[in-house]
Amino acid sequence: MKRHPPAPSSAGAPGTSLLIKNVRVLDPAAGLDFVGCLGIRGGRIDYRDRPPPAAAYADVIEGDGRWVMPGLVDLCARLREPGAEHKATMASEAPAALAAGITALCLPPDTRPAIDNAAVVARVNRIAKAAGGAFVYTLGALTQGLRGTALAEMSALKQAGVVGVSNAAAPLDNARVARRALEYAAGLELTVHVLALEASLAAGGVAHEGPVATRLGLPAIPVAAETTAIRQWLSLVEDTGARVHFGRLASARAVALIESAKARGLPVSADVAAHQLFLTEADLEDFNAMAHVIPPPRSAADREVLRAALATGVIDAVCSDHQPHEADAKINPLPLTEPGISALETLLPLTLSLVEEGGLGPLAAAARLSAAPARILGIAGGSLAPGAVADLVLIDPRARRRLDARHWRSAGHNTPFFGYRLPAPPLGVWRAGMPALVYS
Amino acid sequence: MNTHLQLDERGRLRHLLTLEGLPREHLLELLDRAESFAGAGDNRSKKHPLLHGRTVVNLFFEPSTRTRTTFEIAAKRLSADVINLQVDASSTSKGETLLDTLKTLEAMQVDLFVVRHQASGAAHFFAAHAGPGVAVLNAGDGRHAHPTQALLDVFTIRRHRPDFRKLTVAIVGDVLHSRVARSDIHALHTFGVREIRVVAPRTLIPAGIETLGVRVCHTLQAGLTGADIVMLLRLQKERMVGAFLPSTAEFHRDFGLTAERLAKLAPEALLMHPGPINRGVEIGGELAYGAPSLILEQVSHGIAVRMAAMAMIIHDRNPVAKGRRTR
Repeated sequence: MKRHPPAPSSAGAPGTSLLIKNVRVLDPAAGLDFVGCLGIRGGRIDYRDRPPPAAAYADVIEGDGRWVMPGLVDLCARLREPGAEHKATMASEAPAALAAGITALCLPPDTRPAIDNAAVVARVNRIAKAAGGAFVYTLGALTQGLRGTALAEMSALKQAGVVGVSNAAAPLDNARVARRALEYAAGLELTVHVLALEASLAAGGVAHEGPVATRLGLPAIPVAAETTAIRQWLSLVEDTGARVHFGRLASARAVALIESAKARGLPVSADVAAHQLFLTEADLEDFNAMAHVIPPPRSAADREVLRAALATGVIDAVCSDHQPHEADAKINPLPLTEPGISALETLLPLTLSLVEEGGLGPLAAAARLSAAPARILGIAGGSLAPGAVADLVLIDPRARRRLDARHWRSAGHNTPFFGYRLPAPPLGVWRAGMPALVYS
Repeated sequence: MNTHLQLDERGRLRHLLTLEGLPREHLLELLDRAESFAGAGDNRSKKHPLLHGRTVVNLFFEPSTRTRTTFEIAAKRLSADVINLQVDASSTSKGETLLDTLKTLEAMQVDLFVVRHQASGAAHFFAAHAGPGVAVLNAGDGRHAHPTQALLDVFTIRRHRPDFRKLTVAIVGDVLHSRVARSDIHALHTFGVREIRVVAPRTLIPAGIETLGVRVCHTLQAGLTGADIVMLLRLQKERMVGAFLPSTAEFHRDFGLTAERLAKLAPEALLMHPGPINRGVEIGGELAYGAPSLILEQVSHGIAVRMAAMAMIIHDRNPVAKGRRTR
């Protein structure tokens, strides 16, 4: 059974009604983009229209040119608990996510222990509930212990509430296991989330195969590591009809494969990590370990294609691919550092930065950040329709802020973006109508 | 890039990490100083007091005898106190981090770390974390750089063919995994050689190497014809396992240099190799010593060049040398 956030209490307790007026309403699920009013009552949206509502609201916020959009749904965020609490905990990360406008996120199964049975799902849910912050959904393991050999008990995992299955970054033994896993998951109507990277081509690599890796002598990861994996998965989708979500696309050729698969009607979707839309191989210059992430930042040409594909919707969603680390994980010569970027707090600013540059419309940005990922996970979200749970973010598109460790909430300070001047974090975040954060 | 870390605010050499972007004047000064050390006759005492009272630590995370020995001799000839530390890379992964190792030794008031490590960027890492009075000399980091090897290579070339602008240099062998090749390419470019070629099967040429200003050749004939200098690279036996090559025999048939081939393709060329050589793989045994081969000369120049680098980093940071000999 899919687990859902607790339904907001419908008793309109005092102080739980709010009207945001003169605000630009971005409702990607309905395709609406207008300046008007949005009302919340009892944790749900009860008004969404241009004229002011007749009903009274306990609180009123003057929108004054700001934007309101659905809370962000992050398709991939590692919170490091259970198993790597020295890096971060749910108590540090889930509230950091919520403050960054992420009202729901999806945890990949590579915790320790891996999320490969119902007991671990229950344990994760229990920790998440105590932590508060963003609502945490989980992916179940595709294979037992993520070892790539025997299928995990996906039916039990589904009963326990996972919203999809995945082998995370761990490889599968062979194509037969992959095919059986797809068949089995499809029978359960579970989406299989894939990080497409052929292990034998990517092993040991830390950088895009190209001029920068060659000059710095960094072990390289060819684009074919991504495309051979995508092609194999697509062949298996053709056989099985299973629904596959490709996470963290990194190259132009990967985009072309997804585009053609979609044109042929295959049931596939894709996301990109926000940092992949900004970083390139050049960010590894000077052996900058903060830009060490897998899949690696590729060429500037790849980055432009990824941006364009996000704008057209070939790439459905943008996610954080949040991987917080303790400081020591990055204090080493670059090839020996752990890959990953602490990214919850840059997901919205980086995406808004694309809007500001004109490559992505505001409504499309809202869709890629909320409605599309919610659809991929099969959860409610991404909608401002009356009756929908009031997960909202209020942003000021004119405000900018220099990204600084002093304002950082995540326990992981491993980001290459400190010092960047980016669109500011949200002014207000509401989860189920409750104000999680309202900047004064 | 990378130059800001190895130069101080006045543009003087503070560490020696890579030859990429290192100004020509610095390279010339290094070579000229090396010349003065190399020329300090065999009759007189070889000892110089320049680094008297200074402590040099050879910190090697990769097994090495030859390179470490030349650094040790170089430091001793400059009257420094020398400590050799051969660190098993696996032991550093059990608790003490690389940073801990650096800081611990630094606390013992070391003046210069000579660092060799299997990870590209290791020397930069040490330099970035070293205290203000501590210098780092890169003795080889992963596939990235081996600046003193390239310095001794250009030093050796200059003694025989001083006009770099007329030279065509062919670098033959495992360029993909070679820090020597990368550093040689930078040094040769800084001195304005006419053409640099890299010669190897496709599997041993890294992607985009052309952006370093080299011409890629996949046959010995194309690579060597008209070459003035042939620099061979050592081929590691592990490359067969990684499916880079079918066999050492096939590599030798196609890319191995023999006296006969050299005479046919580049009769005027001088031959170099960073050592140790693999006889019957990249080089025919008959080429190890004797006429076109500068291999032993390279080894002996290694000491003078390393003395120059140490002296320039620690003792004397004046940017301009007097009485320089150019090209």
